[in-house]
Amino acid sequence: MELFIDILSWLSIIIGGVFCIIGMIGLIRLPDLFTRLHGSSVTDTLGAGFLIFGMALQSGLSLTTAKLIIIFGLILLTSPVATHALAQAALHAGIKPKLTVDKTGGHIAGEE
Amino acid sequence: MFAVGLIAVLVSLVLAMARAIMGPTMFDRVLAANSTATLAVLSLSLLGFVTGRPDFLDIAILYTLLNLVGTIAVLKYFHPGEN
Repeated sequence: MELFIDILSWLSIIIGGVFCIIGMIGLIRLPDLFTRLHGSSVTDTLGAGFLIFGMALQSGLSLTTAKLIIIFGLILLTSPVATHALAQAALHAGIKPKLTVDKTGGHIAGEE
Repeated sequence: MFAVGLIAVLVSLVLAMARAIMGPTMFDRVLAANSTATLAVLSLSLLGFVTGRPDFLDIAILYTLLNLVGTIAVLKYFHPGEN
């Protein structure tokens, strides 16, 4: 049972680290602000989720696990709020998404 | 095992800082700062487990809340037209 929990924890931490790196590579390589938001959200949900799950498996049922769950809940609550505010402020400031085909018909939400 | 996760998080931190330095507009820098704060929370938690004292988790909880307040404050005081 101990070995099983260790293996699961290793797997979770490695997958979480890989997702963190994938999200930040997306932040570097994607062409546009609005596509870079996707890369940031990969790190915030999957990366943080798997890393915190791996840490919670190692600490068992204790106060540490409760604190880890609180941290994950706070990240899940605050990260979409910050991302949404950022996207809306960028649209309001007149930054347009890069589109290969303009499907908006010249209209972009947030433009007066 | 926590050291492996800590190294991965530190590599991601370097990439996020690169975007914060390169970013063409201010919003890219705010986004990179937001990601940096999330990664800092993760690395604080992992560092607590690596050193065997998970007391850093309280600081991580506080830093998560400061992250939201910081991002919203920067966007609140942004005026259109100044990229």
